[in-house]
Amino acid sequence: MPTLETEILVIGGGATGAGVAWDAALRGFQVILVEKRDLTHGTTGRYHGLVHSGGRYVVKDPKSAAECIHENRILRRTHAHCIEDTGGFFVVTPEEAESDYPDRFQAACDEIGIPCTEIPVAEALRREPLLNPRISRVFEVPDASADSFLATHATVQAARMAGARILIYHQVEALLVDESNGQRRVQGAQVRDMVSGELVTIRADMTINAAGAWAGQIAALAGAEVRIIPGKGTMVAMNHRLVNTVINRCKMPSDGDIIVPIHTIVAIGTTDEKVADPENLRIEPWEVQLMLEEGEKLVPGISRARVLRAWAGVRPLYQENFTGQDSRDVTRSLALLDHPSRDGIQGFLTITGGKWTTFRMMAEKAVDRACQHLGVERPCRTADTPVPGAEQGHYWLGHRLHEIEEARLQGELVCECELVTRAMLEDAARNNPTVTLDDLRRDVRLGMGPCQGGFCTYRAVGILHELAAENRTAPVTPESPQEEIANSPWEVAYLQSPGRHVRTGSPQEVLESKVLGPASPVTDPRTPVSNPNLLLRDFLQERWKGVVPVLWGRQLKQERLDELIYLGVMNADHLPDEELASPLTDFYLFDTTPGETSPGTTPSGQEKEASA
Amino acid sequence: MHTISWHSVELTLDECIKCNICTSYCPVAEVTDLFAGPKYSGPQAQRFRENGQPHSPDHSVDYCSGCRVCNDVCPTGVRIAEINAKARAQMVAEHGIPLRNRLLGRNELLGKAGSFAPHLANLALHNPVSRVLAEKVVGIAREAPLPRWSTEGTFSAWMKRTRHRRLRSDKKVVYFHGCATQYYEPFIGQAAVMVLEQNGYEVLVPPQNCCGLPMLSNGEFDAAERYHRGNVARLAGFGLAGYPIVGTSTSCTLTLKEEAPELLDKEDPGSQALKQATWDIFEWLRELHAEGQLSTDFRPLSPDEERLVLPYHAPCQYRAHRIGKPALEILSLIPGLDLRESHARCCGIAGTYGYKAEKYPVAMDVGRELFDFVAAQSGAEITACDSETCRWQLEHGTHLPSRHPIEFLAAAYGRYDLERRRAVE
Ligand SMILES: Cc1cc2nc3c(=O)[nH]c(=O)nc-3n(C[C@H](O)[C@H](O)[C@H](O)COP(=O)(O)OP(=O)(O)OC[C@H]3O[C@@H](n4cnc5c(N)ncnc54)[C@H](O)[C@@H]3O)c2cc1C
Ligand code: SF4
Ligand code: SF4
Repeated sequence: MPTLETEILVIGGGATGAGVAWDAALRGFQVILVEKRDLTHGTTGRYHGLVHSGGRYVVKDPKSAAECIHENRILRRTHAHCIEDTGGFFVVTPEEAESDYPDRFQAACDEIGIPCTEIPVAEALRREPLLNPRISRVFEVPDASADSFLATHATVQAARMAGARILIYHQVEALLVDESNGQRRVQGAQVRDMVSGELVTIRADMTINAAGAWAGQIAALAGAEVRIIPGKGTMVAMNHRLVNTVINRCKMPSDGDIIVPIHTIVAIGTTDEKVADPENLRIEPWEVQLMLEEGEKLVPGISRARVLRAWAGVRPLYQENFTGQDSRDVTRSLALLDHPSRDGIQGFLTITGGKWTTFRMMAEKAVDRACQHLGVERPCRTADTPVPGAEQGHYWLGHRLHEIEEARLQGELVCECELVTRAMLEDAARNNPTVTLDDLRRDVRLGMGPCQGGFCTYRAVGILHELAAENRTAPVTPESPQEEIANSPWEVAYLQSPGRHVRTGSPQEVLESKVLGPASPVTDPRTPVSNPNLLLRDFLQERWKGVVPVLWGRQLKQERLDELIYLGVMNADHLPDEELASPLTDFYLFDTTPGETSPGTTPSGQEKEASA
Repeated sequence: MHTISWHSVELTLDECIKCNICTSYCPVAEVTDLFAGPKYSGPQAQRFRENGQPHSPDHSVDYCSGCRVCNDVCPTGVRIAEINAKARAQMVAEHGIPLRNRLLGRNELLGKAGSFAPHLANLALHNPVSRVLAEKVVGIAREAPLPRWSTEGTFSAWMKRTRHRRLRSDKKVVYFHGCATQYYEPFIGQAAVMVLEQNGYEVLVPPQNCCGLPMLSNGEFDAAERYHRGNVARLAGFGLAGYPIVGTSTSCTLTLKEEAPELLDKEDPGSQALKQATWDIFEWLRELHAEGQLSTDFRPLSPDEERLVLPYHAPCQYRAHRIGKPALEILSLIPGLDLRESHARCCGIAGTYGYKAEKYPVAMDVGRELFDFVAAQSGAEITACDSETCRWQLEHGTHLPSRHPIEFLAAAYGRYDLERRRAVE
């Protein structure tokens, strides 16, 4: 069993964990981060997309609001290219016409220092013509939307540049707890490489639990009780940008009261339901219906537009000694649990709660505390250190169209809906450890448009297959999977820019440049994920999962065409190697009958995932 | 800046299922790499150029000729050509419009200007030196088939001149002549009047102006809107009073029927009344025929016993009316006519598209399908086509004369000289 040593071990590859790894590495610590699937597999990859101005919480949860506006200002610098500067409106709909909330809202914004300007309704309607014309007041705030996939990858790239090692597809199975000297101490963790099935021991002076909604499960491994209140939220994505500004209802936070324009879509969200298991989330019909009904209040007619898909995430809410019923009442403020003082467990911290918007601050607090315990004084540097790529400035909706036009790449598209070129896909696969197509979706937005993978899935599988085949002829370096993953280039700063991925040079040079880096498990013929049949099946299943809850009207028409392509023409439900599974096959499979769990399949040569 | 509403054509992008049928039919995408095709430029790109965004970042959409073949074949009803036209309009709004396009858009103004001294104007425009200059200075292709001003006065002047001979009747129909008939081809209007009178209708020609299409297709939406409002003010009343408004220019009638209201987001009662009252002339004649009211007193067009081979091309704008091919149906009633229906997608010219120097080669390549079709019809010495610019392009590409179907019909009634192109009264 390989053993790795480090000063700080971070558990969880969401925004918070990535932030902790970045912060700690910048302060000069040796860092290893482990994530059980791809980066942003957790809530970070399933959130609503909003860089909060704080407006949403300003009346109910001013502490969280103050954190948000503070971080909003910083992220616009450090992660500029991950953010679209949409701006945000808080609008008073007829339902709230009589309420005193708007005045309290405005006063509270002033108090906390959230820039908030009331603008004429006519002006708002000019900028957002589909907005409900019956609104009575509009406040403008510095909300924005952000690509959390890109932001987390960029943070991780920055962490790696500062020396951190990032192990994705490595799942913590046990914490190394030492009970000698009459004192409990966490000394690292035992993790399983989900691709090879191998166990790895990681020894660390300090273990930081950033496992979000799973933080309770991790803490339990050390014998600490952390009662996360998992609040599930469902979001519904509409096929295109019906609004281009974040639209919030000016009232106490509730269900379905925000519409966020993010990349090519708008998302209506969210619900907030206590759930038992953060991993297997069901989207209930009433949730989708409620989102559309509430959406109607902001944009009348929206429920008749085309719905693209639905997804759900779980808030890692935490409040010490919370006894209430409704997870809406739990604070959105961050929670740093100091296990040495709280539970008498040395070498262990949990950082949870908070928002995506506040991940950097959460990391700062956690690493500050780690410094104290490790007896060193090193100031936090993240607030003044832009991640690679930030120099591009904020992204804007049309940038891909523009770049494709400039470089004349229309003929190179693999995913036509989201404008992903072949070179973007190949570079993402070469520069990131890639286990499933879904990993590439997060990197470049593959399959995220109207046809939901209908036309790009088979193309992308073919391209990866070709890459892997070319690569197999190259000499294999006998490194351990950990080395391979940790050593991959992780160049993500320009992952999303078609114009930065243009092949030039002779055909031979182009061919050579296509060879995958050592890091991609796709290239390792021993792993089941190098199997194109499995890649195809997994990705179709993953896309299907989000479409099922919205299967009517135009999206149903689309799925019929996709069905004809994959089931009618390609016979994709009877592909060879049916017994194979990737680390995510179980996760993608789902059962639509209420109250039952999916049977799942057992990965060949590895244990069945023990997540449920 | 044109804003969005739930009626806007842009929102039809939601219907797209990405099937690519439009792309495989688009005649422009087939012949040039400069245009990425209807799906790409239409419903796909539209998701990236929403309201309020800083730019319309894809200028290649300008290579869409507006022929609407894509709309025809799309199985889900995406208004692709209109989405493209709106994208172009936004480009124009942001970056201004080249003088050339402004000129081509001012069909009516040019027509009027040339009509003061048509001989001189023709000479000035049609000599090789000025065509080279026109290409160099404003970018109008030197080979492109520009029309000649009528040297016998405008169509309305003819109406006035012959007013004592015009039929008076209780049955009345309004004629929309369009700029081409007014300034370049008054004989088309004469043929229409002959046909309508033959059927017992009095022809009213109230004051009217350009339908605005050339401006719509060059992205000058504000100007187009002024023209459209002019027509609504002058003609909607006739529609409301129950008079049919018929036209011989398939693109003008399409504009009144749907392009203008749709692209300009016009939901007002005037636009709607005009829309409801407007007919393509053959569409209307077909109705007449269905009611048994059409005079079928035809004589053969060729003097000898030989059948007249006549290749017929329905212009793309005509197909966009979605009324079938009424001209073909009516012409087939004429004895001795050997009609050969073209299935070519487009002649290439697409309004003013083929006049633009950079687009001329594209237009000629697009037209190849049609030119080859005509060449394959042995014995054909003349062609028929409903739209003026398409006829000019057909003549340019085949070196055979081309006529409007209404001319054949009028000739079959014995009231029109097909050769010399004038009414026989
Ligand atoms: C519906 C919804 C909408 C939201 N919208 C917004 C919004 O608009 N704006 C905003 O700022 N915030 C929003 N939030 C909150 C925000 O998304 C979360 O607070 C934030 O993403 C949490 O990040 P995290 O890194 O702490 O947790 P996560 O992203 O969940 O990361 C935890 C990671 O730990 C990994 N992990 C779990 N167990 C193990 C193990 N055994 N071994 C290794 N790794 C493990 C998981 O795979 C996961 O990737 C929203 C939340 C929800 C639920
Ligand atoms: S209108 Fe004609 S040229 Fe334009 S996209 Fe459609 S088919 Fe192609
Ligand atoms: S034909 Fe219609 S549905 Fe098919 S790709 Fe083109 S626009 Fe979309």
